[in-house]
Amino acid sequence: MSAAHDDHHHGPAKGLSRWLFTTNHKDIGTLYLWFSFAMFLLGGSFAMVIRAELFQPGLQLIDPNFFNQMTTMHGLIMVFGAVMPAFVGLANWMLPMMIGAPDMALPRMNNWSFWILPFAFAMLASTLFMESGAPNFGWTFYAPLSTTYAPSSVTFFIFAIHIMGASSIMGSINIIATILNLRAPGMTLMKMPLFVWTWLITAYLLIAVMPVLAGVVTMMLFDIHFSTSFFSAAGGGDPVLFQHVFWFFGHPEVYIMILPAFGVVSAIIPTFARKRLFGYDSMVYATASIAFLSFIVWAHHMFTVGMPIAGELFFMYATMLIAVPTGVKVFNWVSTMFKGSMTFETPMLFSIAFVVLFTMGGFTGLMLAITPADFQYHDTYFVVAHFHYVLVPGAVFSIMAATYYWLPKWTGYMYDERLGKLHFWMSFVGVNVLFFPQHFLGLAGMPRRIPDYALQFADFNWVSSVGGFLFGASQLILLVVVIKCIKGGKKATAQVWEGAQGLEWTVDSPAPYHTFTTPPDPKLIHSQ
Amino acid sequence: MAKPDSSSANTRLVKKLLFATVGMFGFGFAMVPMYDVICDITGLNGKTSGRYTVESEVSPSTLEQREITVQFMAQNAAGMDWVFRAVDPQVKVKPGEVKVVSYLAKNTHDFEMTGQAIPSVAPNEAAQYLKKLECFCFAEQVLAPGEEAEMAIRFFIDKDIPEHISKLTLSYSLFDITKDKKTGDAVAVR
Repeated sequence: MSAAHDDHHHGPAKGLSRWLFTTNHKDIGTLYLWFSFAMFLLGGSFAMVIRAELFQPGLQLIDPNFFNQMTTMHGLIMVFGAVMPAFVGLANWMLPMMIGAPDMALPRMNNWSFWILPFAFAMLASTLFMESGAPNFGWTFYAPLSTTYAPSSVTFFIFAIHIMGASSIMGSINIIATILNLRAPGMTLMKMPLFVWTWLITAYLLIAVMPVLAGVVTMMLFDIHFSTSFFSAAGGGDPVLFQHVFWFFGHPEVYIMILPAFGVVSAIIPTFARKRLFGYDSMVYATASIAFLSFIVWAHHMFTVGMPIAGELFFMYATMLIAVPTGVKVFNWVSTMFKGSMTFETPMLFSIAFVVLFTMGGFTGLMLAITPADFQYHDTYFVVAHFHYVLVPGAVFSIMAATYYWLPKWTGYMYDERLGKLHFWMSFVGVNVLFFPQHFLGLAGMPRRIPDYALQFADFNWVSSVGGFLFGASQLILLVVVIKCIKGGKKATAQVWEGAQGLEWTVDSPAPYHTFTTPPDPKLIHSQ
Repeated sequence: MAKPDSSSANTRLVKKLLFATVGMFGFGFAMVPMYDVICDITGLNGKTSGRYTVESEVSPSTLEQREITVQFMAQNAAGMDWVFRAVDPQVKVKPGEVKVVSYLAKNTHDFEMTGQAIPSVAPNEAAQYLKKLECFCFAEQVLAPGEEAEMAIRFFIDKDIPEHISKLTLSYSLFDITKDKKTGDAVAVR
């Protein structure tokens, strides 16, 4: 330890090597966030291609095979490239400051877990330029579409998934080690901010399911190249097995993308309602319950494969049970706002939109959980509308809320509130015009993953595409806001927001390169 | 929280978490045999069990009076184009009664091919009551160019089959596994 004191780092290194070799949690958080934003724009541009093709019936712009590549790449890049790295970036930036730690527990592994990501996605994106084309079997890559009938680029996809999985697992191990071992004296588990709690639980989920994803793509690799028959019926395997293994990963995965969002919203709403979070303990237990339940509901994605009635009933009831802890959370957020002195800065607007629109996505989830009804909804645009409601105005809105909320802490300047509000309202209107009509399309029977459709679906698709272009274009405002805020503006105070509570608001804005090299005063640590 | 403590605590924690990671990777693969066992026990997914052996033939006096219709279907999987059909599309059996039915297959190509038939039973819950004493699906079918074969199934329906099942369908999908069986020659001919 005395050796560690010998070299004094007061600031970041200069130039590119600062970013390549950095072990600083704030630098790595910044890298993650920029990377995720780049992927958000890339995945978003694929979505624009999809919506442009669906603007009117008939095949206009692209051929069906390329359309399938677009839906597949859009899904993979948004899930693994945009949402997950954004939350890891927020965790890197905020967790050590929230628990009074000097840095992440394993800083070198932290550098490694970020820097393998660009390679994974470069590999995945490079398939677009290959002769066989990019993966075209949907982000769920069901066998045998992804094995027997897959384009030859599938091998690149498999290794890209392996690398992303390794990155996520390293990130999770780091986060768990930081939270369990580096909390400042006085920061007991039940005093931790909810963002820390939700990330702790998310990290355990990641460690439990990312290896299963690695397993399932490894089985695919063996089936494709080494003549095994995990998923090939001819050799005694079973394609339905693929769906079981995939969704054993896939269902916890959707909670991985939403639990940190719960944490973000639980930090922002009390700040702008100027009240303590209502029901902190129940929030923690609800998060843990959701995480547990996520492991026993996977087969609700596959009601139509032909399951015994007992199985369908079990998965239906277990799925509906998730509504209980989720309802507890929504109730607590609403109760926190009840009789609060609320102001509506951009982070609060995004958070309130999150609560309302995520709840709508949750309700359509309950509809989908009803087994007999699911036979009609299965693989229609109703499903598309459902998961986009929980992921876009759910997870993505929370990431944007978090960005606006902590941006003054990161840059030292206030962002342009007028532009922020413009971004919010354009996104809010855009996202609803984009996804709400898709409910009607699905109920009327429009299947998902098709480049052309029957004429009766034309009007709602037209509306949906207009909403899509509005939503897509409005994200460029976010880019402008962030760049403007980095360049300058009104100086931010340490506390930034009048009602902000927590250790991250006790350090200067911008946060110094090294924070909490000595633990914070235990008197600063309050229960939530 | 002194530094040496936290670094050894980190090491211990990282070891545990890596162990969990490797364990879950293994669990992913363990799901394969688990799935097969569950399918075998419950008949999930319409999978029939393997060869069934009985010590003695069932005597006619213990036969029940109710009759169950068993339908036979045959289909070629993608890429297979043998002539493949059941000789009798359906038979009526009493639970416990041993029946023999047969399928016809003909290799329509001018090279040797290997086929593998994969069974499936509908409704799924009936799968576990269909006991096969002998079946061509237990082996690969190698047919010379133009060769025709009659392939038998000897089976009976378990007496424990629920009352409400009066009809079940046994369907075979025939897969071309020539390429998987032989390297070189067979593939080159195609």
